[in-house]
Amino acid sequence: MLLTFIVVVLGLSLVSIVPVNSKLLGPGGLTLGLDLRGGSQLLYEADLTKKDPSVSDEQAMASAIEKIQRRINEFGAAEPTIQKQGSDRILVQLPGVKDINRAISLIGDTGLLYFRELEEDSNGNPVLDSEGNYSFKDEVATAEGTDGNERELTGQYLKSAGQDFDQYGAPVVVFEWNTEGAHLFEQITRRNIQKPLAIALDNVIISAPIVNTVITGRGQIEGHFTIDEATDLVNKLNSGALDLPLEIIDQRDVDATLGADSIRKSLLAAVVGLLMLLVLMIVYYKVPGLVACVSLGTYGAMLLALFNVFSSQLTLTLPGIAAFILSLGMAVDANVLIFERVKEELRAGRALAAAVEIGFDRAWSAIRDSNVTTFIACIILFWLGGTFGAFMVRGFALTLSIGVAVSMFTAIVMTRTFLRVLVSTKMVTSLRAYGVKS
Amino acid sequence: MIDFVGKRHWFFLGSAVAVLVAVVALVTFGLRPGIDFTGGTSMTLHFQPQVDQSAFRQTVSDFGHTEAMIQGSDDDYLLRLRQLTPQEREDLMATLESDLGSSVTVLDYSTVSPSVATETAQKAGLAILLASAAMLLYIAWAFRRMPSPFKWGACAIVALIHNVVIVAGFFALLGKFRGVEVDALFITGLLTIVGYTINNTVVVFDRIRENRAKGISPDLGITVNCSLVETLVRTINTSLTTLCVILALLLFGGATIHYFILVLFLGLLVGTYSSMFIAGPLLVTWEKREWRQVLARLRSTRQPA
Repeated sequence: MLLTFIVVVLGLSLVSIVPVNSKLLGPGGLTLGLDLRGGSQLLYEADLTKKDPSVSDEQAMASAIEKIQRRINEFGAAEPTIQKQGSDRILVQLPGVKDINRAISLIGDTGLLYFRELEEDSNGNPVLDSEGNYSFKDEVATAEGTDGNERELTGQYLKSAGQDFDQYGAPVVVFEWNTEGAHLFEQITRRNIQKPLAIALDNVIISAPIVNTVITGRGQIEGHFTIDEATDLVNKLNSGALDLPLEIIDQRDVDATLGADSIRKSLLAAVVGLLMLLVLMIVYYKVPGLVACVSLGTYGAMLLALFNVFSSQLTLTLPGIAAFILSLGMAVDANVLIFERVKEELRAGRALAAAVEIGFDRAWSAIRDSNVTTFIACIILFWLGGTFGAFMVRGFALTLSIGVAVSMFTAIVMTRTFLRVLVSTKMVTSLRAYGVKS
Repeated sequence: MIDFVGKRHWFFLGSAVAVLVAVVALVTFGLRPGIDFTGGTSMTLHFQPQVDQSAFRQTVSDFGHTEAMIQGSDDDYLLRLRQLTPQEREDLMATLESDLGSSVTVLDYSTVSPSVATETAQKAGLAILLASAAMLLYIAWAFRRMPSPFKWGACAIVALIHNVVIVAGFFALLGKFRGVEVDALFITGLLTIVGYTINNTVVVFDRIRENRAKGISPDLGITVNCSLVETLVRTINTSLTTLCVILALLLFGGATIHYFILVLFLGLLVGTYSSMFIAGPLLVTWEKREWRQVLARLRSTRQPA
């Protein structure tokens, strides 16, 4: 019964890690962490004191996250993750993003579009600054809304925005107002005919065209944009302005080639270490050592399978590989503890079958206590990882705790069952094969 | 049977010397904190073609970053500055490329605000304390049927502090002479050592508990020694196998985790030693209240004969 279960688990594990479609190990593929595949991690802190007092903190954060999500989706980053951390932080992970500064300004800029009217003196003449340029009023242009109240015209009344080219082939941003926006814009353009009207984004004037005619529904912004700038502006306008100012408090970028070099070297090292480990086990423990190798192989396959099946939640990071190896050490330890006990029982003159059973029972308390203490360390590390270098520390803790759980399973269930089968089928009966001189 | 417990005072002496050296290193040099704990910006830059360190240093300092710390030579440099904004970063890169006439690739880039750094430093300390306390409680619970279970927990914690201090002291020396900084991964490594030490100590204690229940000797010293010898093969085998993998990673693994692996490697060595020669023998010393003998001896030498 137990043997069938083990065979099924092993089979499933193996099937799930067989390479398909050139993905790294299996159908889901392993999700590599940012440190291995390259990319960026940004931790933002929102200034909740600046939010609209009528919404709750949670709503304000949820809305900011939703807008960031929309912007990133438009940006086209592969498999981004956006998570809320604590009460006022947002963690954004962008694997494989090349132009990180562009991504940063796209995500973090408020994206608030508004208009500023020309500053005029008492005679109605335009006020010029020291360099002879027009100067504009500080306040946002307002007009009477459809309900009769005075309103500021901002990007929130946009129906949509898009990127286009003007007659000279330069990238421009075109936009369309909703009913309210069209109503406000009509009044503002009417009173500014033949005057410049400044278009501002996040406190910066991007252009100040002369208004030639009354405009209602549609408009166009010409700001000497590059195509990327125009696309990002469209993206910001369409996602809506952020209601909260965001500040980067922690940023980690890793170049993809550095990551690739690390993973190649570390994996190679791990393989070399593993082979040495397996040889040691077989040389010292003979047949049980071989059994342990099979268990450890299963352990590796199961762990990889878990990472594969839950590839959207579990990512493999460099510290994760270290944790993998550390938990392997613990898996070996459990086997060693058991074999030493079995040997002792054999030396004391017990029959093989009895020695195996008693050996396991005796080793159990040490395996349990040592694994539980490691678990305690993992929980604390995981909690700690929430604040800093998140993907590093969390990846380590998560991999280690999964590894410890799987290693206990393989040692207690796998090794035991295999040994029982060996003993009961009388395949190997010589005590020498169990490392005891008869 | 090898008599470990009988020679315990030698082990205590050796450890005391090591801990003393570590503490002196920690107090005089201190650990060199990375940006995880101080805040700031740190990056690894790759230059193509190579750039002279003094020219690079000059450019960075002319740009206004007199606080810059630079390590490395020829083509790969580690540069540490105060916290940069994305705009400042772009400006700095442009200046480097134009002034040094070499194209720059940013291999890795980290920026941490001072407020997050303070939080990290506090949490890191808290985590080590919490982990130790939680494990102390667990050990006290696991050994609750022994007389004075907290004594067992306390001995394990002493072994643990011993290990953490020695490894941290080693990194204080590395920081002083090799400019090695400690970061969030270092704390992760220390916590792993904490877990590993406890793990090893628990295995030895488990055997002592069992042998005591069996009543193999009324003398705790003999019981502990017997348990140490019985678990010797297990301790050596487990440590050797794990050491194989860690050593391979240390020698051939990627540069990004080199010092993290070094923490694990040192922790493994010291952890194996302390679980055998410190934790168990300390239990004997405590149980026998040996300091009384030492005090008595001191008193008798002081009194004129």
